[in-house]
Amino acid sequence: MTGNGHGATLAEKILARASGLERVVPGQIVDGRVDLAMMHEQGAQTVGPFHEMGAKKVWDPDRVVIAIDHWVPASTEGAAVLHRILRKFAEEQHLPHFYDVGRHGICHQILAEDGWVVQGDLAVGTDSHTNMLGAMGAVAAGIGPTEMAAVLALGRIWLKVPPTVHVHVRGTLGPGVTAKDLVLRVLGEIKTTGATYKAVEFSGPTIERLSMPERFTLCNMTTEMGAKCGMIAPDATTADFLRPIAKHAAHPVRADADAAYERVVEIDVDGMPPMVACPYSPDNVRPLPEVANEHIKVDQVFLGSCTNARIEDLREGAAVLRGHKVAPGVRFIVSPASTKIYQQALDEGLIKEYTEAGAVFTNSSCSACFGGNMGILAPDEVCASSSNRNFPGRMGAKNARIYLLSPAATVASAIVGEVADHRSLN
Amino acid sequence: MRDVIEGRVWTLGVDVDTDQIISGKYLTIIDPQELKKHVFEIALPEFAGAAQAGDIVIAGENLGCGSSREHAPAALKAIGVSAIVADSFARIFFRNSINLGLPAIEVRGVRELFEQGDTARISMSGGTVTNVRTGRSVHFPPLPAHLLELLEVGGLVEKVRLELAHADSPATA
Ligand code: SF4
Repeated sequence: MTGNGHGATLAEKILARASGLERVVPGQIVDGRVDLAMMHEQGAQTVGPFHEMGAKKVWDPDRVVIAIDHWVPASTEGAAVLHRILRKFAEEQHLPHFYDVGRHGICHQILAEDGWVVQGDLAVGTDSHTNMLGAMGAVAAGIGPTEMAAVLALGRIWLKVPPTVHVHVRGTLGPGVTAKDLVLRVLGEIKTTGATYKAVEFSGPTIERLSMPERFTLCNMTTEMGAKCGMIAPDATTADFLRPIAKHAAHPVRADADAAYERVVEIDVDGMPPMVACPYSPDNVRPLPEVANEHIKVDQVFLGSCTNARIEDLREGAAVLRGHKVAPGVRFIVSPASTKIYQQALDEGLIKEYTEAGAVFTNSSCSACFGGNMGILAPDEVCASSSNRNFPGRMGAKNARIYLLSPAATVASAIVGEVADHRSLN
Repeated sequence: MRDVIEGRVWTLGVDVDTDQIISGKYLTIIDPQELKKHVFEIALPEFAGAAQAGDIVIAGENLGCGSSREHAPAALKAIGVSAIVADSFARIFFRNSINLGLPAIEVRGVRELFEQGDTARISMSGGTVTNVRTGRSVHFPPLPAHLLELLEVGGLVEKVRLELAHADSPATA
């Protein structure tokens, strides 16, 4: 894993195939064929440019997914208009894969749970956390709505081949230490600018043992490192996950053993405590036990977002919650990442457990994650959150303070009423 | 796109993310004329009221990090900002700007040369950004041909329009 070789990285292999070239190198601008294009409400801004371009038909309706997720159901007139623009566009263009209110979910979760992105794909979406789908062994990147219009018209996109930062992880995650803690640790190392325009590829024995949901959490937050894409080489875990749900044929590839990496980051997780990202940046990462000692009072707690609101996360949180109540004065919002997960939570009795403990369990959506729909923070408030961003103004007031945590630590914070370490609860 | 762009400078700090450029509560607005009233509300509150066409924004590292909201460069374009210059850009923000036909220029060390209200002169072909008040300048490698071509035609919409029109015309069929 020296990274000084001449071989191709995973990102280079995928982009070479997508652009029909034998080999591509970092810095090269290529024209890639898109395997999957995803839009959420921001896709409404795609419709105008699509028509202005003089485009008549979407290049391949079977490769386009639209998911309503930020404002579900529409909470403002503006959001209702965005939804209607998308509905109308889907109807006119005969786009069958439209996840409208009722079968909605966070766009990235929809792509993951319905097998829309498979090994070797080039996937693009109008959301910066499209990176999450790189966990399938794909290049998945966020793009803007105008370039999405070009993708819908042509099925292609210009891309600069990124250099790859290789994150090699070994060691065993201790009890109560999760993939979220690992990705926060990596962020603390790489920082929010450390992978700008770059691909981040995770590998190593620790990564190989991670489940797909854990891999999603990991790749999701490569966005916070500035990365164009975050990825994990496809293996048996990927294949088992995708086999029953894959929507199209896969082209699994792996990096060459002597791949040329721009930088190699070695992480050893043995003995690593849970982590927390403190205000106002996701790379302001500290060990959770240290921060828990400062007894930082919280006003709101959010268990949700594309980073950590899968059924595994809700179960993990419920295990911490059992036998406890939400602390007086704390608003605890739980929002599953998709309708499917909502139904699972219902079947498993989790909704009952959360609400009986004093939480509000919402329908699946981005919810409080982005400060534009619900669960908005007032000035000076503090929030413990399982989401991915804590920039000023992210969840409402400019000076509200957000602490990013694993689901278990998020729930512990709701119980204690402070940023808390779940391992110290009993 | 003009080869020499000159304008009054607005300075920003480092890590100005898209939430600070256009806050989450305005994301349902798609009309750029409406959006421009709220641009930089968090990062530079006086900007929206006072900025004029031709002004230049100069920022530190990592301008436009965070969400992939095209609202941010769209609002700047609606004001008529002639160029955005930064020590470095976040990826999607950079792409969005170029795709909208708004010159985004990455120049290491540019931020420290400027103060609020200075005048900047940018030479696209010469690859320099100069502070007209102090005479100090910094160099940048010219943009790749592909991106210059995009700025030249006025952005991605125009480029695809030309491409589709060309593909449709009977002469090439
Ligand atoms: S959950 Fe948050 S980060 Fe994820 S897509 Fe929604 S707003 Fe973006």
